[in-house]
Amino acid sequence: MIQKFDVIEKEALENLEKEQKSDIPQIYVGCATCGNATGAQSVVQTITDKLEKENIKAEIKEVGCIGMCFAEVLLDVIKPGQPRISYHGVTPETAEEIVDSYLVKDDHRPDLALGYFGEGGPADVERIDTGDVFKNQQRVILKNCGIIDPENINEYIAHGGYKGLAEALEMKQEDIISVLKDSGLRGRGGAGFPAGRKWESCLKPQADQKYVICNADEGDPGAFMDRSVLEGDPHSVIEGMTIAGYTIGSSKGYFYVRAEYPLAIKRLRKAIAQAKEKNLLGDDILGTGFNFDLEIFQGAGAFVCGESTALVMSIEGNRGWPKPLPRPRTTEEGLWGKPTLLNNVKTFSVVPQVLSKGADWFKSIGTEGSPGTAVFALTGKINRSGLIEVPMGIELKKIIYEIGGGILDDKKFKAVQTGGPSGGCLPEDKLHLAVDFDTLVKAGSMMGSGGMVVIDESTCMVDVARYFLDFTFEESCGQCVPCRQGTQQMLEILNDICEGRGREGDIEYLLEMGDSIIKGSICGLGQTAPNPVLSTIQYFRDEYEAHIKDHACPALVCKNLIVFHIDEEKCTACGRCRKACPVEAISGEKKVPHTIDQNKCTKCGICFQECPERFSAVVRLTGKENLAAAASGKEG
Amino acid sequence: MQEQTKKVLSGFEGKPNEVIPMLQAVQNEIGYLPEEAIRDIADHIGIPESKVYGTATFYSQFYFSRRGDRSVKVCLGTACHVRGGMQVMDALEREMGIKAGENTPDYKFSLERVNCVGSCALAPVVMVDDDVFGRLVPKQAKEVLEKSDPKV
Repeated sequence: MIQKFDVIEKEALENLEKEQKSDIPQIYVGCATCGNATGAQSVVQTITDKLEKENIKAEIKEVGCIGMCFAEVLLDVIKPGQPRISYHGVTPETAEEIVDSYLVKDDHRPDLALGYFGEGGPADVERIDTGDVFKNQQRVILKNCGIIDPENINEYIAHGGYKGLAEALEMKQEDIISVLKDSGLRGRGGAGFPAGRKWESCLKPQADQKYVICNADEGDPGAFMDRSVLEGDPHSVIEGMTIAGYTIGSSKGYFYVRAEYPLAIKRLRKAIAQAKEKNLLGDDILGTGFNFDLEIFQGAGAFVCGESTALVMSIEGNRGWPKPLPRPRTTEEGLWGKPTLLNNVKTFSVVPQVLSKGADWFKSIGTEGSPGTAVFALTGKINRSGLIEVPMGIELKKIIYEIGGGILDDKKFKAVQTGGPSGGCLPEDKLHLAVDFDTLVKAGSMMGSGGMVVIDESTCMVDVARYFLDFTFEESCGQCVPCRQGTQQMLEILNDICEGRGREGDIEYLLEMGDSIIKGSICGLGQTAPNPVLSTIQYFRDEYEAHIKDHACPALVCKNLIVFHIDEEKCTACGRCRKACPVEAISGEKKVPHTIDQNKCTKCGICFQECPERFSAVVRLTGKENLAAAASGKEG
Repeated sequence: MQEQTKKVLSGFEGKPNEVIPMLQAVQNEIGYLPEEAIRDIADHIGIPESKVYGTATFYSQFYFSRRGDRSVKVCLGTACHVRGGMQVMDALEREMGIKAGENTPDYKFSLERVNCVGSCALAPVVMVDDDVFGRLVPKQAKEVLEKSDPKV
């Protein structure tokens, strides 16, 4: 290994030893965006003030996301010689209590604890790392997230960081590509293109300048994997990009980050400065003569910029329009016409480990066709929302029922949506499927970059399809007709169906239109836009038919197809719905069952939520008969 | 050239590829992009105004008219959508008496929909500037606005 790196590594470990004072308690607070949204910063402030005021000796650290978003705010304490105890749902008040009881005294507060990590924890608290949430997970890309302080490069180095770069700088460029090819690593952005082949096609062309771009324009609604990696472990991505720069012969890289990710941008800036200071980035890296610099470019809010040619146009200062076909590959002619290597955040992040641990190690995880792990943002109607990492090949149901803890409020599972606006919805009988790039595509969905939204019986599948089409229609760049006009046509039909104007033949028309958009669009946005519609028709055609033929929304979601009605038998005239109704549509007096004036009702659903569950007098009705009755004023 | 714009643009060399960072910087300073600012940016780079405007309107981050003092953003990412984000939006529109994309007449608030603020575990979510309100039901719309009133 490069001698200079040994010195840096030794120094980092020594500094860390000094900084960390392992003889006093360590407090970790999860301060990624989700933690901060729940109030992590006020917890940090409260504890900091308290430690200072009462002169309690302890170190407090802001870490990234460990993925248990359902349990935010998370506060972990490691007392010397004790395992890490995790507290959940922490508020400034309970944080003070934890300091008083566990740091000052020795009561570990099982009532506030979520559990502990490692061995030898207290008997009245659960062990987390072998429990349901973590036992099926394998954290490779996320291994440092929530564990290390992302703003301290020494911690990253102490956890094996920059070793991959130091090794790479002593390897031949072709050999690095061989390792990547041999490892079977596929791009984590969604399409799963083999990384080794992409890097190779960027090494070959001769050019005075080449570029490396990290695509962190995570635009899928319901996805926050890349953000979490950037916020929790920014150095891993910097290291991966620097290795890429060395491999293809580039001296300049760009982060294309969503402007909506201010914390990720802040942490990246800091990490870049720290890496430069240690000579791991910038000029003459580790004394090898290799120069590589990184710049951050903030995206301005256009989903299509996730497409490589559009992203390049955007950095160049233009509208983010994908280049028309036929177009040269970005690896040959990319940014300012130069060969450009573009990979997703997670792809770059895992490269250093693939190099330092070897191709065989990487291949030992996951499946033959899709080695490694998959990171998912698990959300929707699920008990334990969060950020998870699983070996490829795991069954969908293990993710949903074991890691995710099943469906919220004990409702019935209906579908799982992966791949965001480009993906599809899979029903219950597909839950045995293995999660990998190829299996999900065969079933009509796709891996995507990692959004996984769980849908229960109270969600309308036609409405979900309409939701995604509305998104892609809005985000279509407008350049090619199939995408611009096609998504609009599909959206109009879906609106008709959801609003009771559906006609016989609409389903067939959607299928035909979807097929044409896929075939005729010039970029990935259009080519995948119909997927949410096609997959919901494939698996939930009966719901479409109910909307069209009976004007019925089986999930009782589509506003125009439902009416709110008060069941006289059940109504106790408590008056709650009447007081809550924002449009004064409900009338009734004490002891007189209430009624809803259908002419005034805006179907906001507040009466339905207000009616106490023990009465359940407000009901939603659907179908032609009920709608007609309400319209004629018979219902109330 | 407006003083504010001038100050911001002096930090840029004026290369064509700086259009987006310039627009971002000017909007950060002024709050939106008035016509004069677009003209100033075009002059600074030496390209037609239409080119700058064309680029700016492509991206959803940019605003071209004055906005409310506080920005109410209703998340309608997938997780928020399936957990009732739209009903929360309806309730806010009703409470504020405006539609998404508009300002209240007193310019206290602007209301808009956004796609995923990444706090999916708290769905449905509303952000008022940097304050996050999570796990909302429609009737809490009033409370969100009262808590966020710039006067309070």
